[in-house]
Amino acid sequence: MVVGRSDEADDDRRFRAVADATRRDILRRTMTREYSVSELARNYPMSFAAVQKHVAKLERAGLVTKRREGREQLVRADVHAVRRMRYLLDQLEAMWVDRIDRMGEILAQEKGDES
Amino acid sequence: MTTPIVEKDLDNATLTVTTEFDAPLEHVWQLFADPRKLEKWWGPPTYPATVHQHELRPGGKVVYSMTGPEGDTHYGLWNVIAVDEPGSFEVEDLFADGNGNPNPELPATVMRYEFAETGGRTQMRCVARYASPEALQQVLEMGMEEGLVAAMSQIDGVLAEIAAA
Repeated sequence: MVVGRSDEADDDRRFRAVADATRRDILRRTMTREYSVSELARNYPMSFAAVQKHVAKLERAGLVTKRREGREQLVRADVHAVRRMRYLLDQLEAMWVDRIDRMGEILAQEKGDES
Repeated sequence: MTTPIVEKDLDNATLTVTTEFDAPLEHVWQLFADPRKLEKWWGPPTYPATVHQHELRPGGKVVYSMTGPEGDTHYGLWNVIAVDEPGSFEVEDLFADGNGNPNPELPATVMRYEFAETGGRTQMRCVARYASPEALQQVLEMGMEEGLVAAMSQIDGVLAEIAAA
């Protein structure tokens, strides 16, 4: 996968947006279906306005989309954006797991040499 | 070897890796203390590492480079913060230029390694602390651009993503 420069500014906003437990929870919920902001607000010990701010931050980062239906604002996660972020995190995890695999191989070889 | 456990803490931009090796602590410590061994595992097969300078002591430096399939070479540097052989050590990992001078524009990662031996097996814990979520992201992008991540892991990542979608 090739990462272009244009993607980087988006990624930057995305990582900042997910560095918060409430926003991650909003993302988790809205991955499965649309939620209204008031419905989301019932899940957190904070004001409607505070939840609305979290949603706005996620929206600016391109992680959720919002649409209006009557008096309700409906929020849904952008699955592609969330997946791309998870992909980057998986990469980091894989880098460490690969290193440890290689360390284990060297140690196993040394053990074999001794016996 | 047990499967490593990787915990990603996005709030604190830290990544913690814990594992256990079927080897005595002395052998595990040598993976870091012996530059020839360190270069065998630090870089992926596609970007093998060469250690140019190696001073695993407080205030010391470890300078390494990694060379890709197209001959592209990337330098890195550890500033050694603390060493408590064989229990732990802490370094600051930085991107560097060809002379081993740190690149101040790119974020540092502080890595702390801790070791303990039980019955001939060694537990290792590594905490990698990035300056901020943005820095973590930048390190990720650099790693991707420079191809520091092995091709195999990329495939695994894609497969995991597809499986989870």
